[in-house]
Amino acid sequence: MTTFTTDLGDTRGVAALKSQAEGLFLRKRLIAFGLPALVLAYLIYVIFAFDVPGLYGRASLEHARTLVADSYSYKTHVTRDARSGDVSVAIEGERKGAYPAGEAPDWVQLGGDASAVTVVDLGRGHQVRFLPDNVTEYDVPGYGTIHVSSSRSGGVVADLPSADVPDWINLSKSRLALKTEAGRLTVTRTKAEVFRYFTGWELFWFTLDSPYHGMGPAMLLRHAMNGEAAAIWHDFWMNPMWHHGEVAWALFETVLMAFLGTFGAALVALPLAFLAARNFTPLMALRFGMRRIFDFVRGVDGLIWTIVLARAFGPGPLTGALAILLTDSGTFGKIFSEALENVDDKQIEGVSSTGAKPLQRYRFGVIPQITPVLLSQILYFLESNTRSATIIGAITGGGIGLLLTQAIITQKDWEEVSYYIVLIVLMVMAMDWLSGWLRRRLIAGDAGGH
Amino acid sequence: MADISADAARVQDIRTSYAALTRRKRIYGGLLLAIFVALMVSGFRTADMRNAGGFRDGLSHVFDYPAEVLSEAIEKSAALPANLVRFFPSLVETLNIAAASTLLGAAGGLVLSLLATRGMARWPLLIPLFRRLMDILRAIPEIVIALVLIFILGGGPVPAMIAIALHTVGALGKLFSEVNENVSLKPVEGLQSVGANWSQRMILGVIPQVGPNYVSYALLRFEINIRASAILGFVGAGGIGYDLRNAMSWGQGRYDEAAAIFILLFLTIVVVDQISGALRDRLTHGARA
Repeated sequence: MTTFTTDLGDTRGVAALKSQAEGLFLRKRLIAFGLPALVLAYLIYVIFAFDVPGLYGRASLEHARTLVADSYSYKTHVTRDARSGDVSVAIEGERKGAYPAGEAPDWVQLGGDASAVTVVDLGRGHQVRFLPDNVTEYDVPGYGTIHVSSSRSGGVVADLPSADVPDWINLSKSRLALKTEAGRLTVTRTKAEVFRYFTGWELFWFTLDSPYHGMGPAMLLRHAMNGEAAAIWHDFWMNPMWHHGEVAWALFETVLMAFLGTFGAALVALPLAFLAARNFTPLMALRFGMRRIFDFVRGVDGLIWTIVLARAFGPGPLTGALAILLTDSGTFGKIFSEALENVDDKQIEGVSSTGAKPLQRYRFGVIPQITPVLLSQILYFLESNTRSATIIGAITGGGIGLLLTQAIITQKDWEEVSYYIVLIVLMVMAMDWLSGWLRRRLIAGDAGGH
Repeated sequence: MADISADAARVQDIRTSYAALTRRKRIYGGLLLAIFVALMVSGFRTADMRNAGGFRDGLSHVFDYPAEVLSEAIEKSAALPANLVRFFPSLVETLNIAAASTLLGAAGGLVLSLLATRGMARWPLLIPLFRRLMDILRAIPEIVIALVLIFILGGGPVPAMIAIALHTVGALGKLFSEVNENVSLKPVEGLQSVGANWSQRMILGVIPQVGPNYVSYALLRFEINIRASAILGFVGAGGIGYDLRNAMSWGQGRYDEAAAIFILLFLTIVVVDQISGALRDRLTHGARA
């Protein structure tokens, strides 16, 4: 604060003071309105620089819809092959989710052979019938029965209850596709396919080939008690659709990368930090060089280190761990050397007065002083590096990050994507909690962290 | 004062119990150290085993790639200035992503932190809800949101901006609410007594107290976000990271471009770190004390 010593009797002084105060107010007002205006102007510039108006054209609502629907629901395909007349039922249309031949869920009544009728009950009164000779019928409540026949020569011919085609039916010479609240039907020359949608993640616990599919928890517990626990665990852990075992390994790998990277960096940085601290290294050139090395390692971003190291070590958790180790040694070196410069000399003097050698002076005079700072920084980085390890894994190929990118690239396994996202969030939160707990346990009197 | 006229037997007692304590402490310390070393070694061996290339083989090749890039860049050093100019717009895009997401994230974090601090929350009952919301936003790595958004919105800077902004809301929100907890509530109460509503109380009573700290944290976040935005570019979200991936996937023959991008990225990170470090120092320790 500035103090004014003015003679109040002097009107000129008062006037000057007044104008000064007004000037200050004006400046404050300018800042108060100018700063937000500046930010706003910048954001408007960014909107145009990023072509946000053009985003509407590029964005795909269809993709968004599939993504959302797929992440909480799944569909079961009932398919009839036009040539053989065979009807197959498969969850998500995948081979791993296919019912064995001749078996079907209770809402599908299989006809048995090509001349018999297969009835697919979609619920809410919707029913699809596969009749012989590649004729398909669909009862839509409130609309009527749609009659479709398909053949190689004649294409797809539909007989609709109404004269004009409603907008939920897509009809052409070679294809009929319709979508109702209960499901979807697609008829082409080669096959007729019905989708029925269900909420939830399909076959999350056990796949169809496991004897434990469809059992409730109580039933499973009874089987487990009868000595089948290992078999149950095996079927769950090796689930070919969800790969729980592999996912657990990937999570472990990610945490391992973060752990090795963080603590490795701390081990590398600690001795080097002594070389960069003013009070431990009187030699200025050495100190300066050490600091520039820290700056360089920190400045070459983790991204570049990852790329360089991936070339040498190939994809995997080791590459990720080393990338984290390198980047963080720079950061830790800087933080540690600053902590070392703030060390209280009295303790070191006290220790050296008892005749301690240099190494003992460091061990008993310096280390106890900086341990709390070091530990809290290391643990804080451990948490944030779990996130970095996910990202680095996505780039170099390792851990849960790799699984996530793979699932996203297929553009259809969104239920797996949401599963991985949930797992990643839980993993990071668990590491956050663990690092906070360790901080509180190891550093007495550390109130921070919550 | 302790009783110093204790007899020899008690002194002996104290001495033995002290020695036992020290011994136990040493054993615990040694045990912890042994566990830590075992974890590090076995962890390293596991990582080495699951890696495509081994540590020993790789170590001799660490400098192969930088050497290749460097030698080609030196060979074509005449093209370097042109390359630097060519990739400058992408660098600006990366910086824009970082700056816009920091601004948006700081605004979001500010509101959330005020809503999540005891004594100033608009709806005190909802404090835990806002805290969990910040925890979740903080826990999601940017790349997750970015990849999902790229699928919906197509490639480009907007998915990266949204992804980084969301993470920034969580990260800054937590730091801001820690700042808020040390704020004096007297101005807020004073404003309340003259009938100010919630937003007036916050803007006039809280923000002036916490402003410098907020800006300092936001600057630190900006540094982090530049790195994040470069990384997200690498997975397809525009900016200099995207160019880097393209230059690298061409392989040999385009390493001069990769080198130019490395240089731009490195210089930007160092320069921004220095400027923001100086600014933060001024903000927290006062400019003209």
